Amino acid sequence: MRVDVVMPQMGESIAEGTITRWMKQVGETVGRDEPLFEISTDKVDAEIPSPAAGTLVEVKNQAGETVPVNQVVAVLETDASAAASAPKPESKPPETKPAKAQPAAVASEASSEGSFVSPVVRKIAAEHGIDPSSVPGTGAGGRVSKKDILDFVAQGKPPAAAATPSTAPARVAPAAPAAPQVTFASGARTERQAMTPMRKKIAEHMVESRRTSAHVHSVFEVDMSRVVALRTKYKSLYEERHGTKLTLTPFFVKAACDALRAFPILNSSVEGNEIVYRKDLNVGVAVALDWGLIVPVVRNADQLSIAGLTMKINDLAERARTKKLLPDEVQGGTFTITNPGIFGGLFGLPIINQPQVAILGIGGIEKRPVVIDDAIAIRDRMYMSMSYDHRVVDGAVADQFLAFVKKVLQEFDESLL
Amino acid sequence: MTLSCRFLGRVPYAQAAALQERLVGLRRSGASTDTLLLLEHPPVVTLGRGARAGHLLLDEAALSARGIELHEAGRGGDVTFHGLGQLVGYPVVALQGARRDAHRYLRDLEDALIGTAAAFGVEAAREPGLTGAWVGRDKLAAIGVRIGTGWITSHGFALNVGDDLSGFDTIVPCGIRDRGVTSLTRETGATPSLEEVARVAADHVATALGLAAVWEAAVSSASARRESA
Repeated sequence: MRVDVVMPQMGESIAEGTITRWMKQVGETVGRDEPLFEISTDKVDAEIPSPAAGTLVEVKNQAGETVPVNQVVAVLETDASAAASAPKPESKPPETKPAKAQPAAVASEASSEGSFVSPVVRKIAAEHGIDPSSVPGTGAGGRVSKKDILDFVAQGKPPAAAATPSTAPARVAPAAPAAPQVTFASGARTERQAMTPMRKKIAEHMVESRRTSAHVHSVFEVDMSRVVALRTKYKSLYEERHGTKLTLTPFFVKAACDALRAFPILNSSVEGNEIVYRKDLNVGVAVALDWGLIVPVVRNADQLSIAGLTMKINDLAERARTKKLLPDEVQGGTFTITNPGIFGGLFGLPIINQPQVAILGIGGIEKRPVVIDDAIAIRDRMYMSMSYDHRVVDGAVADQFLAFVKKVLQEFDESLL
Repeated sequence: MTLSCRFLGRVPYAQAAALQERLVGLRRSGASTDTLLLLEHPPVVTLGRGARAGHLLLDEAALSARGIELHEAGRGGDVTFHGLGQLVGYPVVALQGARRDAHRYLRDLEDALIGTAAAFGVEAAREPGLTGAWVGRDKLAAIGVRIGTGWITSHGFALNVGDDLSGFDTIVPCGIRDRGVTSLTRETGATPSLEEVARVAADHVATALGLAAVWEAAVSSASARRESA
């Protein structure tokens, strides 16, 4: 039986609530009165218990959305067999069978046949949208321990995967055709290697993004002479005063934040036929690793000074390289910056980091002759590219955004340092 | 019904949060009664779930250089500061019947704080549209609460008692820019001890929630540490 979960009325004079967190993900089981989600209404945060035992089959409103009281925010399936086969719940005919005594527990045991998955591991896995069977286990009999999954999350998970419900029915593009089965004969001059969990996640994430967003690209050329000079001027001061190395990344994050505030559509997400404007500016900064790529997120990046950004970014990058990032630190990004220029590339055309709608690519900086006032000058120049989702961002807006970033960089306010 | 009140003295934020979490679980299972923890925190800035960009004036490193911790708090509201000379109250109470109304709970806490201020000769009031207890345009007490499964409350209020309010310079209190902060000492010139204020506040909180305050033997912060460990 399907049970609607509604936004509860937390008081007589309270008309709406903002969902701040889902404690359960679609597909997970929940006990009656077990906390299901959290809401906030002005000065009160409240934890909302599940109205029934069952499996969460649909979440209609994500964290951050404000919903009037009594509106349905999620659907539970109390019948285990219906829930088990319900990745697309809307296509199921209504079930009339009476609920069994402990359907939830039955469903979850059945789904993990073969290898035992402890409730805590299952919970962490669901929170991060990971299939526990894809995690290499080091426990007895290859069992996945809590540490295994936490390590897996901290090191292997590309950002934001958890924010995209795996059952989201609203994808516009058709599913990709199955990859052609290429078989290399055994004995051929090849070597087979299983993809690491991180590699697999990156692969899925990138293909899914191409399938989801209508990628378009713009490229601007920026004069970086001022920023390069400011960095040179303040570098030793930052070492002395903050004990940290001033890089160019904080300049880009700062410029992006200013532009995101001016063009909030670039900081949005698409859900079904709705555009979700995200109020926080959580800027992901791609870090290349010897074994892959990870995008730690600078939360509320606009709150931090250049010094604050420098320390935060350096800390995140360092911990990404030493595999010490916390799961929380690779989630919740609203915009991403990547740097295809580090090995001398002019510019790149990156793939959008879902569920975001744009990604900024920083090309290599090099001295190039340019014409200024009819004279040839040598300046630090850089190509800056952006890939954006044409479903919601048109070229004119994207170009205005890039022009804004360019202006902030070229006229960078020294007082911010 | 009784409200069991404890004055814990000085307790670090993280420790008090863990203690509350444990009490919420005990209260939910019926293993403990309604409880009110009263204490003060070493300097800490906490970010509520509603915290907005720009309301933190210093980043974490700069706060830490001033000896101030930064914590995220699972309560409603924006950013706030706790420090020495501020009475913090955490009611862990199972709301019942008509009291299962988040706004009513906020108003009840405000009543208790206004009553406490009056007992020390300070005329505080509500401000329409805002939460807390105010003296003119200055905030005397802040409120930010959490309601857990089963209408169990946690987090609560912070009443400024002592004279040193400099820690508030690091934030925009509760996200309200054009207002200041004040304290019982600022308003009266006299500095009552925190424990004295705690005893009065406990009575007012109990009354506002329809409970009777019962004092448990004062727990030193050392044994509070053991409890939360």
